[in-house]
Amino acid sequence: MQFFFEVLIGGLLSGVMYALVALGFVLIYKASGVFNFAQGAMVFFAALTFVGVMELGAPFGLALVITFAAMVLLGVATEKVVLRPLVNQPQITLFMATIGLTFFIEGLAQGMWGASVRGLEIPGIQDEPIEWAMDNWGIGISKFDLFAAGVSAVLVSVLAVFFNKTRVGRALRAVADDHQGALAIGIPLQNIWRIVWAVAGFVALVAGLMWGARNGVQFALTFVALKALPVLIIGGFESVAGAIVGGLIIGAAEKLGEVYIGPMVGGGIEGWFPYVMALLFLLVRPEGLFGERHIDRV
Amino acid sequence: MLYREAGQFKATYQEDQQIFPIRQDRIAIASILVFFYLVVPAAANQYWLQAILIPVLIFSLAAIGLNILTGYAGQLSLGSAAFMAVGAFAAYNFMLRVPGMPILAAFVLGGLCAAAVGIAFGLPSLRIKGFYLAVATLAAQFFIVWALTKFPWFSNYSSSGVITAQQVEILGYAFISPESKYVLTLAVVTVLALAAKNMVRSSIGRSWMAIRDMDVAAEVIGFRPMHTKLSAFAISSFYCGVAGALYAYTYLGTVEPEGFNLDMSFKILFMVIIGGVGSIMGSFLGAAFIVLLPIFLNISMHVLGDWVPHGLASNLELIVFGGLIIFFLIVEPHGLARLWQIGKEKLRLWPFPH
Repeated sequence: MQFFFEVLIGGLLSGVMYALVALGFVLIYKASGVFNFAQGAMVFFAALTFVGVMELGAPFGLALVITFAAMVLLGVATEKVVLRPLVNQPQITLFMATIGLTFFIEGLAQGMWGASVRGLEIPGIQDEPIEWAMDNWGIGISKFDLFAAGVSAVLVSVLAVFFNKTRVGRALRAVADDHQGALAIGIPLQNIWRIVWAVAGFVALVAGLMWGARNGVQFALTFVALKALPVLIIGGFESVAGAIVGGLIIGAAEKLGEVYIGPMVGGGIEGWFPYVMALLFLLVRPEGLFGERHIDRV
Repeated sequence: MLYREAGQFKATYQEDQQIFPIRQDRIAIASILVFFYLVVPAAANQYWLQAILIPVLIFSLAAIGLNILTGYAGQLSLGSAAFMAVGAFAAYNFMLRVPGMPILAAFVLGGLCAAAVGIAFGLPSLRIKGFYLAVATLAAQFFIVWALTKFPWFSNYSSSGVITAQQVEILGYAFISPESKYVLTLAVVTVLALAAKNMVRSSIGRSWMAIRDMDVAAEVIGFRPMHTKLSAFAISSFYCGVAGALYAYTYLGTVEPEGFNLDMSFKILFMVIIGGVGSIMGSFLGAAFIVLLPIFLNISMHVLGDWVPHGLASNLELIVFGGLIIFFLIVEPHGLARLWQIGKEKLRLWPFPH
């Protein structure tokens, strides 16, 4: 039973990390209807830039600021160069454009900073079990995972406040609801998109720091985006809360599946188990847990 | 003046219903076929045949498959490479385990296996659409590659999961030289492409387009969504499966499941988008573009070679590839086939535009 809980908690905490990446997808999809496949590349870009700036001798805080600036720049440039000329194109065209963007960003990041694997240290946080939980319950919980969960919680609350309480946040929701309606009442669409891409860049930065500290900053970071997709399916493309809940479900299911079902079929099922689970889930709820239900009219 | 259909009267139903109703189109297609069947094998060298023409043809076939599903039936799929893998491995196993199996029959059976798998993974399309479906098809991509790697039976217990295609032999003639392999590939692709061209203008193609344009309305006027969507999945996967079998037998010779990865699926999707969604001809143009672009970039990097540092060259290739894709989507979102169509309209009036 202890082992079960250990796996479950480990899964839930890694689910939070997936949710971090999924959050970036949700933000952009909500506001512009673009399924931004480049989110994984943005995570990679952010982590690599951060480590690169650190290597140049900048302290932690300064590196954070510089990377954030770079992410904002990247987001604004994307909006200007890629999205604006493609307004009113079918969604699949925009989706393909973001796949092109993925190649571009990956090449750019590695071209700028090199392709070698680097470590990333977040000061004061080690990836070691918490002694107190170990002593009292006999369950190993990684300090780092808990820290990542805390960061995600803060991030989500900040985003929730931003979306619900600020003027810009309200404008964002209006745009998400109806582009034309928002334009008609005088919300500057392009500014809003720029802000959304900048915020998504910020989320990518946080996700990049967390994943980079966990697995090292390397090309494999871009695959994290693929892990986030089943999270999106379960949570629904349009819901911030859905990203979190979906992340928890996927994280827990993936680890439990690997431990309990994996041995039956020869292991290594982590790659596809979340997808198959998401697929089965979709058969019951086609729009995800928190997604908007679409009503088809002829 | 050259491309004008005025004066071509259709006096019989057969003339009215032929695949290429305009005489100039027929002449063009016939001369293209003559060129690729007779002139190219004689004139091209081994590199061109083996490294460019054969993969272009095979990917065209896969792109036609995806185009049927995405362009005509409107179901976005990211699992095409996995269906190619099914076709390749199924054809291999049929050849291996059934004595005296003719190779063309193995290709067809491989395609049918892919079709069966396609139907299974197409089932969710009855409930979900759009990007949800796209992500769901990723399940096919990862699951199939995993299954082919994990169960050694599929690769005949080879240690690394790599299969080596048997020799291709039809009626005692062994296809060993690049020229013969090229002609075989071309023959299969021609037959299937003409079949696809015919299919998309027949009742089944029209039902796909009806479902694509608005599925609820199509259902109301009497198309069965299940039948229509699943037939699109089956036929699309069949095409991908045959393309996969060709990929193993006439292009590479040895393939492994990991070769049919997500990148390849994306490549095929790129071919469809850049070539033109909902166009058979576009599939060929898109495949040629996507296969040739990296080769072209590579060559130009070599030309620049001296002043581009070695580490940067591969990344620069990525950047240029990504940038060109975006550029292309912005300049012509409807793909190369649309450019061809515009050209045709112009040609119709040329040289007297009034």
